[in-house]
Amino acid sequence: MALKARIHVTPRKDVLDPQGSAVNAALHALGFAEASDVRLGRYVELRLDTDDVAAAQARVEAMCDKLIANPVTEDYVFELVPDTEG
Amino acid sequence: MKCAVVVFPGSNCDHDVYHVLKHVMGLPTTFVWHKDRQLPDCDLVVLPGGFSYGDYLRCGAIARFSPIMEAVQAHAARGGFVFGICNGFQILTEAGLLPGALLRNRALRFVCRDVLLQVEHTESALTNAITPGARLTIPVSHGEGCYFIDPDGLARLEGEGHVLFRYVDEDGRVRDEAALNGSVKSIAGIRNAGGNVFGMMPHPERCAEAIVGGPAYEGQNTDGRLLFDSLVRWVEGRA
Repeated sequence: MALKARIHVTPRKDVLDPQGSAVNAALHALGFAEASDVRLGRYVELRLDTDDVAAAQARVEAMCDKLIANPVTEDYVFELVPDTEG
Repeated sequence: MKCAVVVFPGSNCDHDVYHVLKHVMGLPTTFVWHKDRQLPDCDLVVLPGGFSYGDYLRCGAIARFSPIMEAVQAHAARGGFVFGICNGFQILTEAGLLPGALLRNRALRFVCRDVLLQVEHTESALTNAITPGARLTIPVSHGEGCYFIDPDGLARLEGEGHVLFRYVDEDGRVRDEAALNGSVKSIAGIRNAGGNVFGMMPHPERCAEAIVGGPAYEGQNTDGRLLFDSLVRWVEGRA
C-alpha cells in the first residue's frame, strides 16, 4: 500500500507573478474576459512508501518546507490519496 | 588572501572568476567540487554564476544542499568571506545565508548587458577600494534576478545599510524598477549582517581586466576588479 502526494506550489499573494499576468493578458486577448487573477505555480506529484497518512502528512510538510517550496515567496497545499498505480 | 571557487554541476562562470582571482589578481586559488565536504584553507569562498542543477525547481534550490554547502555555512559562521555572483547569489538566498529571494525578471526576459551600479557603501569588505560616490559599469546576465524581500526585511536591509549596489540610469537616478528585472528598490547586491557574506546579480569577474573591457569603453572597463581589490585590501589589512 502506498500513498500519492499531490502538491501545488503557488507564488504568495504579496509576490509579483509576471508569468501569471502574461497568461492573464493572453486569455483576455483570446476572448476569455471572465478570467482574472491568474497565478502560475508548480505541480509536484510523488509516491510515498507508507500507508500511514498522519506520518506522511508530516513528512510531505517537511519536504515542502525544506525543498519543494520557498517559504519566502511561495505557498503550498497538498493532498494525499491512495496510490492505485503502485 | 586565499580563495576557493566552488564548482556545481551547471556552473559556467567558475573558470572566469578563477582566472580573475588567480591570474589577474595573483591570488592562490583552488577549485572545489560541490561534492567535497571540506574547503581548503581559504579566506574567501566564491559561489560562481551559472545554472547549477539546470535551475530545476528554483534557481539555487538544489545546489544549496550540495555536500560542500555545510562547509560553506561553517566558513561563514566563523566569519570567513563568502561571495555569491548571480547563480551564487541565488544559492546564498536559498541557503538562508542572505535574506530575500530572486524571482523571474518582471518583463520575463533574460537580460544580458552592461548596467550602471550605484555603490551605496564604500566601507564594506567588498567595496572599500571604490571611491565614494563612484558608479560602476558591470554586466548582468540573468533571467531570475528580480530581488524580492518582504517589507520588514527590506526595512532592516535599508536601515542597517546592507544594500551595497543599486541599478541606476545614466543620470544616476535609481532605475525604474521594472526596466531591468523588477528588483525591489532596484537592489542589485547586498551583504549580510555580519558583513562577511555578499551576493550580487551583476558579474564583476567579466570586467576585471582591460583586455575584456569591451569596445564601448575602449577596452578599459575594469570596474569589476575594484570588488576583488576591496576584498584583498580588507583581508590583508586585517591580517
